[in-house]
Amino acid sequence: MNRRRDVVLFAAILLLGALPLVGEPYTLRLGTFACMYAVMSVSWNVIGGLAGYPSFATAAFFGLGAYVGGVLLTKGATLVVAMAFAGGIAFGGAMLLGAVLLRLRGHYFAIASLAVAEVLRELTNTATDLTGGGMGLNIPLGTSTVASVAGEASFFFLAMWGLLLLTLVVVVAVERSRLGFGLACIRQNESAADMIGVNATLYKSLAFALSGVFVAMAGTLYAGWVHYIEPPDVYDILFSVKPIVMALLGGLGSTAGAVIGAFAFLGIEEIVWRNYLQVHTGVLGFLIVALLLFLPNGIVSVGRRIKALRARHV
Amino acid sequence: MFTLQILVNGIVLGCLYACIAAGFSLVWGVLNVINLMHGSFIVLGSYLAWGAYNSLGFSPWATLFIAAPLFYAVGYLVQRGLLNRVIAAPVLVTLTLTFGLDLILNNAMILAFKADYRRLILEPALGTLAMGPVVVPVDRLVAMVFALVLTGVLYIILRKSRVGRAIIAVRLDRDAATLMGVQVKSTYAAAFGLGAAMAGCAGVLLALIFPISPLSATAYLGKAFVVCVLGGLGSVPGAVLGGLLLGLVESFGAMAFGPEHAVTLSFALLILFLIFRPQGLLGKRGFE
Repeated sequence: MNRRRDVVLFAAILLLGALPLVGEPYTLRLGTFACMYAVMSVSWNVIGGLAGYPSFATAAFFGLGAYVGGVLLTKGATLVVAMAFAGGIAFGGAMLLGAVLLRLRGHYFAIASLAVAEVLRELTNTATDLTGGGMGLNIPLGTSTVASVAGEASFFFLAMWGLLLLTLVVVVAVERSRLGFGLACIRQNESAADMIGVNATLYKSLAFALSGVFVAMAGTLYAGWVHYIEPPDVYDILFSVKPIVMALLGGLGSTAGAVIGAFAFLGIEEIVWRNYLQVHTGVLGFLIVALLLFLPNGIVSVGRRIKALRARHV
Repeated sequence: MFTLQILVNGIVLGCLYACIAAGFSLVWGVLNVINLMHGSFIVLGSYLAWGAYNSLGFSPWATLFIAAPLFYAVGYLVQRGLLNRVIAAPVLVTLTLTFGLDLILNNAMILAFKADYRRLILEPALGTLAMGPVVVPVDRLVAMVFALVLTGVLYIILRKSRVGRAIIAVRLDRDAATLMGVQVKSTYAAAFGLGAAMAGCAGVLLALIFPISPLSATAYLGKAFVVCVLGGLGSVPGAVLGGLLLGLVESFGAMAFGPEHAVTLSFALLILFLIFRPQGLLGKRGFE
């Protein structure tokens, strides 16, 4: 059942790659955001869903990736090099930080991970020479290989789409591996997992690092795509919360659910943005509350629920 | 001499931080819920003080008596109607739920009051008080005294009153408290109500000192976090000690490293405490 769902998911996402053939720039922009959100929620699911640690560090990774990549791009590095660098720094940093932070549990871990984004934002803000500080950072045009506006839209869509595919392949492989099994053990009972020989510290740090590396790369792509970044924009706490809402929307702990949740969330967000500009954060809040109270197991559980209802009525 | 002034500033600031954090710490300690609405409650309290002073002529101290029952009722209802439904769910769910509620509340405030900054200006102004080389604005001093009184009242409620003892009993051992006949759900609601009342009252006092805007909610929330972790969860003395520590660290840190690093410094302190002393200064291990 699970395997079939993965195959369907991959097929659907592969199909999405044909969007530049039919889409206009607006559709492409939406598609790029959809892939970016999916990268974030699938990544968060590794630490939050598989290992069960409520991480709020997504914004930290995203901002770090955007600034590391953005600075490298302004210094003339190619996009691939910038992304690789950002991903590498996020991975290494998360491994080191994870070894310390992941000793905390529950609320304490949540807050510590939240504080990482705050500290990084303040540091970015004050390192004016390198990052431009509060004035933001302009990333030169021409990071893509094509010059036209429409061409650039397709280029960044395809890049983000490719990143999503890469993320999915790695995450699904991890889920099926020894590491994934160990993480599931840690989620269910960490002390017991420790007892039977799961190297909990290493596994948790790896999960934390994996939840950061692709998000940082997405940050670099975002920086190259929008050409201008500033600290409050890329270290926005909403970047930490949205992936969680997406994963909850789709169904906690499943990669397919994370992707479905990300797409559904983007759809809702776009409708709300377009129609209720003044109150869009309020509507988002309302959505979160309703979701948690009435659909705590996400969209994936709707089919199961309907089946259960039917069974009861027969 | 200069150091003495900074010491006094730090203590004044610290008492206000204690008042901000006491209610937050109570909710976190008793319900195991991080109330992300706390910052918005504080700002709402400031608006209440501003509105009551400018349109009705109520002084902020009088407004305290309106704010406390009003915010208690709001908090009680939020806990009863919404949070109690998911109180047994994992950390992530309650945290995200209060985040959603905060988005609604904050957006409503931006719509109602706009995002620009306002200031409560007392007529006549209270002036300043000079004690030798140290100068303190009287409004700050009054706010500090009221903050201490409020925190003291919360402490007495928790120590002496029936509902306060019930809250402490639920915090120590929920199952045993249930067996002894404590109504856990209404006790949770009372604790959340007290937390909200403290936030509202703190907001009324802060209106005397800081500009009022819906955008300052996150800053207040951040302070409450740090103070709780420094002092230890769920204890009023912990909140006071944590508040004073944060106030002093921020004041002296701003002098030593420059004011732009004050936030980084307090968060660095937060992470250090989380790693080396997660139970806080006054907390007991295994009691979190």
